[in-house]
Amino acid sequence: MADVSLNGHVHTITALVHDKPGVLARVAGLFSRRGFNISSLAVSRSETAGLSRMTFVVVGGDWVVEQVTKQLYKLIDVVRVTNISTESSVMREMALLKVKSDKDNRAEIMQIVDIFRAGIVDVGKDTVIVEVTGDEEKIDALIQLLQPFGVRETMRTGRIAMTRGGVAAGTKQTAVPAAENAPDTEVVP
Amino acid sequence: MFGLPGGAILPLYQTLPEYPQLRHILVRHEQNAGHAADGYARASGKVGVAIATSGPGATNLVTPLATAMMDSVPVVAITGQVPRAAIGRDAFQETDTTGITLPITKHNYLVMDTADIPRIISEAFHIARTGRPGPVLIDLPRDVLTDSADFDYPEHVNLPSYKPTMEGNGRMIKRAAQLIADSQRPLMLVGHGAIISGAFAEVREVAEKAQIPVITTLLGIGSFSGEHILSMGMPGMHGQAYNNWAIDRADLIIGVGMRFDDRVTGRLSAFAPNAKVIHIDIDPAEVGKNVRVTVPIVGDAKRVMHALAKQVEQVSRPEWIAEMDALRAEHPLHPGQGKGLRPQHVVRELCEVTDGRAIVVTGVGQHQMWAAQHYVFKEPGSWITSGGLGTMGFEVPAAMGAAFAQPNRQVWSIAGDGGFQMTMSELATIVEHNVPVKFAILNNGNLGLVRQLQDLFYGGTRVASGYTGNPDFVKLAEAYGIWAKHVADEPQVRAALEEAAAVDGPAIIDFHVEPEENVYPHVPAGESVFEMIESPAGQEALSWLT
Repeated sequence: MADVSLNGHVHTITALVHDKPGVLARVAGLFSRRGFNISSLAVSRSETAGLSRMTFVVVGGDWVVEQVTKQLYKLIDVVRVTNISTESSVMREMALLKVKSDKDNRAEIMQIVDIFRAGIVDVGKDTVIVEVTGDEEKIDALIQLLQPFGVRETMRTGRIAMTRGGVAAGTKQTAVPAAENAPDTEVVP
Repeated sequence: MFGLPGGAILPLYQTLPEYPQLRHILVRHEQNAGHAADGYARASGKVGVAIATSGPGATNLVTPLATAMMDSVPVVAITGQVPRAAIGRDAFQETDTTGITLPITKHNYLVMDTADIPRIISEAFHIARTGRPGPVLIDLPRDVLTDSADFDYPEHVNLPSYKPTMEGNGRMIKRAAQLIADSQRPLMLVGHGAIISGAFAEVREVAEKAQIPVITTLLGIGSFSGEHILSMGMPGMHGQAYNNWAIDRADLIIGVGMRFDDRVTGRLSAFAPNAKVIHIDIDPAEVGKNVRVTVPIVGDAKRVMHALAKQVEQVSRPEWIAEMDALRAEHPLHPGQGKGLRPQHVVRELCEVTDGRAIVVTGVGQHQMWAAQHYVFKEPGSWITSGGLGTMGFEVPAAMGAAFAQPNRQVWSIAGDGGFQMTMSELATIVEHNVPVKFAILNNGNLGLVRQLQDLFYGGTRVASGYTGNPDFVKLAEAYGIWAKHVADEPQVRAALEEAAAVDGPAIIDFHVEPEENVYPHVPAGESVFEMIESPAGQEALSWLT
């Protein structure tokens, strides 16, 4: 019998969770204990009071994604888990970049920032703060272009994602069922 | 309820006199309270409760909670905590109990509002005993206990994000029945889930109708009568060798309420190479976790097997059954070397004296494996052992808890001298309540399974596995006022067991067993059936492993 495979891909998973103290610790603890490789995590309030939405970027094969989903469902505070990678979706990350800048090169930096449809949100004596939104590749590219000026500090939110169309992530139409063989058993009220 | 008070939990204790319907047993160590609650839960099928104070009281519950988590046992632990205002300030006897127990509980609560207590208590018991059972901890700051609030106990538990799947998917059950009908060499591997859900009649019906030999995992022992013609015993590292060969030949494995643990499968790539797999488990995360599954069925083992029993066809498989008989004859259980007092002999005699109907509780190590191999259980729910975590010392407090749960059944603790000394402080509690637990200590004066590993895989270099200062267990028993006896010769075994069984109260027999005796078979960790050592003679052939 073949061992379950462990080859890697990048997956975006969102989880709707109860907004209670300790939920983040439970989720983070689960990932570290089970050895799942998580490359980013973003948490925010959801459209429903009392529920938060988490977005994970997980690296791993199908086995990892299946285990992440099932293990998340075992946490009592997790309401719904959705693998956004399998849906048509929009994925974004925001970054703040503090770049060394004086009056001589400010115009040059602004030009680059414009091309990326980013913005300058703070100008200091010898630095500017650039705000940029986009996918990870776009942000990486901007950082690379700004590197020659000197990037003092970067702050990135981690990926957030949303499925396209009229359905909210984690509703009946997109949720991964708790039991893969029991699609008729909805785990949500 | 088993517990030991301290400052932070005292407000709860001081109200106990108002509730005479709650029985509290004062233990000597919080670890033992946890294991006793575990033993109580396994023997009764009800939730066991352990109570401890903050700080060291709570940390002493870590081992029993992890034990209950690994073996899916419904335990509710209630711990005291420093007052809310002191949390996070490193107060006296403060520890982050919910943080520490996060990965070893099914769920836990830090209660910050007195008004939440009724809801949390009802949720905790519900979570502990439903779905795949497990331990739940409730941490109660002292001032949450002394504050007052209106008592409003919810009639129903409202946990929208917790709804265990009970019924198996009908389409999958149909496919499973078809696979069984198509298979020539099916085997059932039945685990703890069958015992928890009480799927005994259903497992038997499927086995008999479709003529499927039944292997029971360490925690599944007792789910299928050991006397049944289709009963095969245990698989894996120390299971009956013929079972591992049978699994190697099978074309279909039906896992029922079990999790394809590494002690069962050995090296996964070599496990059941010719078999398709039907996996029935209530925990979706177990299905597909370790082995590739052809037909996954998530649901309660009893309900799924009930539905499956209706669908499987009546068949006969004379060739496969004959192959099983041949394997059994070819690979019999090693009866012991015949030197000194054989521990296997003690277990066999105990089985006869108790007619295979005692509740048997063990610790972890050689004695546990001999008990699992040689005691033939006639009744379900009679075998209580620490399987997943492998907790030495479990045998003393868990046996006590089991005896409280089943006062009308004989409870025998088959103990090792190592494990017994870890938790024997509970003898005092046993005496206080005249708990009729009988201890059969298989005393070999060493950590037997460690010594065996050193002999087999470390060239016989015995490090830190020998005990030279063991107490005289009979004199120790005398100090507690417990009936006790030494036995060193096989002819005396039966009479001593019968005498102990007749004692009204606890009893200890110190069996001086042959210290060089090994557990066979032995599949080296992470290896396959082909590396299995079946007897002392097999050791030579495998010298390359050392």
